[in-house]
Amino acid sequence: MFALGILLLAAILFAALTLWRRRSPAAFRVIDAYERLNRSVGLAVENGTRLHVSLGRGALLTARGGSALAALAMLRRLAERTSVSDRPPVVTAGDASLAILSQDTLQSGYRAAGAEDQYRFSTGRLTGLTPFSYAAGAVPMIHDENVTANIIIGDLGAESALLVEAADRQNTSLIAASDNLAAQSVFYAAAQDPLVGEELFAAGAYVGAGASHGASLNVQDILRWLIILAILIGAGLKILGAPI
Amino acid sequence: MRMLTAALAIASGLIVLLGYFYPDQLESVRLVLVDWAIIIAGVAVLVGIFNLVAVQMERIRTRQKGSSYGALLVLSLIVTFGFGLILGPDHSYMRLAVNAIVVPVEASLMAILAVTLLYASIRLLRRRVDATSIVFLAVAILFLVLIMPTPFGPVPGDRALIDFLGIFSRGGARGLLIGIALGTLLTGIRVLMGVDRPYGGN
Repeated sequence: MFALGILLLAAILFAALTLWRRRSPAAFRVIDAYERLNRSVGLAVENGTRLHVSLGRGALLTARGGSALAALAMLRRLAERTSVSDRPPVVTAGDASLAILSQDTLQSGYRAAGAEDQYRFSTGRLTGLTPFSYAAGAVPMIHDENVTANIIIGDLGAESALLVEAADRQNTSLIAASDNLAAQSVFYAAAQDPLVGEELFAAGAYVGAGASHGASLNVQDILRWLIILAILIGAGLKILGAPI
Repeated sequence: MRMLTAALAIASGLIVLLGYFYPDQLESVRLVLVDWAIIIAGVAVLVGIFNLVAVQMERIRTRQKGSSYGALLVLSLIVTFGFGLILGPDHSYMRLAVNAIVVPVEASLMAILAVTLLYASIRLLRRRVDATSIVFLAVAILFLVLIMPTPFGPVPGDRALIDFLGIFSRGGARGLLIGIALGTLLTGIRVLMGVDRPYGGN
């Protein structure tokens, strides 16, 4: 019941803060990677080049689906913003249901921008079902599809190094984030502005996906402080010898 | 129609979630819904493979760069799928296809990955020279030295040093995972409340 209580608290805070954020938009700290993402999107539209969005292999039936859903929220906003471009973004996924959802999300984005006729189902692609086959299928997109910016966001493992290396060789812009600690280490070593930890989940807020995404970040901050408080109280009680 | 889709998705999500908290009342419904989701995910694999073939066929038709690889992929897929249907996945020829082609190819990619990671680590200090990058590299090298086998046996005091450094790395990893868990929780709430609709709603 404690877990349900936390869940309800988060939901209530989220609803209240979303209403508040609609009237008073949040100001976020600058994250270099997202600054570069917004710049790269604008440049890609102006130059008539492509964005490559890699959603990883986060199966939606597992706990890894959270990062995939966050990436889809960002993709939806990117699809709206790039709907005027000659070359639509190309999306690669390593999970079949995620690939289908990426197609749905792209279509929704184009529809919202009033450009549904621009949508092509082939822009949302399944490139492989194992980590390496996924990477091996996604690397040619980076090389051959006139891509100028790569956005790798989702559940990936160490195989993400192959994608990062391909982006680096093509001298394209790279924004990379993952919920997987191995991939985060890879991105830290290989990417220009790596996104660490929960910064992945801020993607929607930083690309302007709406007040709810800003409210999500506020609720995460509140819950984080509650956890810190709980850890400190727990440590204090343990030091005092309380039976916990 | 979109409202109905959203309502069904939200209701299913809520039932599955509440099924964890009220197993006596909702466990059976939750299991049915999860079973359906697994079946749909299985069908999605077929749809995904169709998408893969369609994309490659488009590349072949428009004679894009690398379309010959696409043709090879489609041909291999059709042959493997056909033999898989006729012989069954446990047949020795099907196992041979996996052991003689898929496993070596993935092992080769793993080897490339090791070199790529090493190269990325070397370039880290060229790309970003700051205190955290230096600490990152130093700790990675130290861990590698401590865990690697040497002809002279283990490095003296390796266990104690690994345990000591592990305090910081485990603490850092837990901090990151807590942040990710909170992000996942809020993403889930957004989907359950219908704010984010990755299933095609507006």
